[in-house]
Amino acid sequence: MKNLKLFTAVLAAVLSFGCQEKPAPQSVVRLATTTSVRDTGLLDVLTDAFQKDGKHTLQAIAVGSGQAMQLGKTGEADILWVHSPDDEAQFVAEGYGTDRTTFLHNDFVLLGPASDPAKVKGTKKAAEAFAKIAAAKATFVSRADKSGTHKKELKLWDAAKVKPSAEFYIEAGQGMAGTLSIAKEKKAYVLADRSTYLAMEKNVGLEIVSEGDDALINRYSLILVNPAKFPKVNTEGAQAFFGFVLSAPAKELIEKFGVKKYGQQLFFYDYRIKSDYQLK
Amino acid sequence: MDFIAEGFLKALHLIFSGNAEIFAIARLSLAVSLAATALAVLAGVPLGSWIAVKKFPLKKLLIALVNTGMGLPPVVAGLVVMLFLARSGPLGFLNWLYTPKGMIIAQFIIALPIITALSISAMQSVDPKFYQQVLTLGASDWQAIKVCLKEIRLTVLAAVIAGFGRLVAEVGAVMIVGGNIRHQTRMLTTATVMETQMGNFDMAIAIGLVLLTLGFIVNLALTLIQQNKVLAR
Repeated sequence: MKNLKLFTAVLAAVLSFGCQEKPAPQSVVRLATTTSVRDTGLLDVLTDAFQKDGKHTLQAIAVGSGQAMQLGKTGEADILWVHSPDDEAQFVAEGYGTDRTTFLHNDFVLLGPASDPAKVKGTKKAAEAFAKIAAAKATFVSRADKSGTHKKELKLWDAAKVKPSAEFYIEAGQGMAGTLSIAKEKKAYVLADRSTYLAMEKNVGLEIVSEGDDALINRYSLILVNPAKFPKVNTEGAQAFFGFVLSAPAKELIEKFGVKKYGQQLFFYDYRIKSDYQLK
Repeated sequence: MDFIAEGFLKALHLIFSGNAEIFAIARLSLAVSLAATALAVLAGVPLGSWIAVKKFPLKKLLIALVNTGMGLPPVVAGLVVMLFLARSGPLGFLNWLYTPKGMIIAQFIIALPIITALSISAMQSVDPKFYQQVLTLGASDWQAIKVCLKEIRLTVLAAVIAGFGRLVAEVGAVMIVGGNIRHQTRMLTTATVMETQMGNFDMAIAIGLVLLTLGFIVNLALTLIQQNKVLAR
């Protein structure tokens, strides 16, 4: 019996030690977003600013856009921050989401080893670069996770009129950072969003071999998960985060983000702010 | 080779400079795994003992199932718990998905068969005559089990060590159920995966070292208790 009491006391101590409860139940907002937003560190900055007023806790799940939209389709998430335009349009058309707002962009870059075995360097058109990689049968690592980056990559293979064959095409099934690490080890070509590439540049050892094509633009949108379809969605919280991101203070945070650390802006804000949302 | 040594040095620096985030993550890992182990002990030891001493149809099949459960892949446990805790799932009203509570449930499910199975075999190592004798002295079933448990407490403690060891090292279930959310559900194992993928090897090594140290300290404590009891006999 004595042992049991001691055991209970230890358990209670450990629990109170580990799970330091936050004061007062707050409105928990569940955001499903893409790995690039987390891996660059932008998510941390915005989470801190959003939670400052003490009313909301942001529960951000960083997965690929495909999985993020899947979380929206089952009503698991309250709000999405994704970058897969075609899927987003379909998502809203099928009634899963409302208020889709494209507010941010940067671009994708095609990365490759310095030796550039497929002689892609200097190729302006992304589709042409992809065709060269396929023709040279140079190793290419794909996210293969239905993320926004993966969808963009598939579109580019289509545009290049090539169906990548397994002999040079590696399907990673991982987030951007994991895929970049594989590409580095395999000395392979890989399509990445510029922000994750810059955040990992010192570790990744790959060079930009093609950039600047219009086809490589990367647009991010916010979508509210439709509360009419999923009554459990935290509408108030989702709208609060929506309003926060589309506000002047968030715009400033996003535009300044990364300038000091990476020497350049990572995300470009292109939403024209209407509301007068104030950060407290 | 350099980057390994360099990563190691940076890791030591991170630990000894008292990186607050690493310690917060360690605290959460410890709390979740200990809580899950404790719950699994509370449920698994009585359950295993009961299965061991009772005679009932299909007992061997049940034991085989429990033994199979010892090899339950954490990702499968995580997936099932995730489906149940999801808003659209049967336990969605709890709102435990992506919280430490959800991770404790998942780890509890992983540890339960281990502790139950090891309790069964520990209990079966007790001479059945001894159990019968306690019963004839007028003890109830549970009282008799308690007396027997006292005899095998060292073996049960070994089951606890095995259970905790499995949980603190586990990554699949907590990744799925917890979601690796910073400051909320990021564990030592999920953080190691993430930092490795990001190529931040120094951070990954630092977290890995903390994980090893943590496992060592807890096991050392449990082993000391166990061995002191051996000497006390």
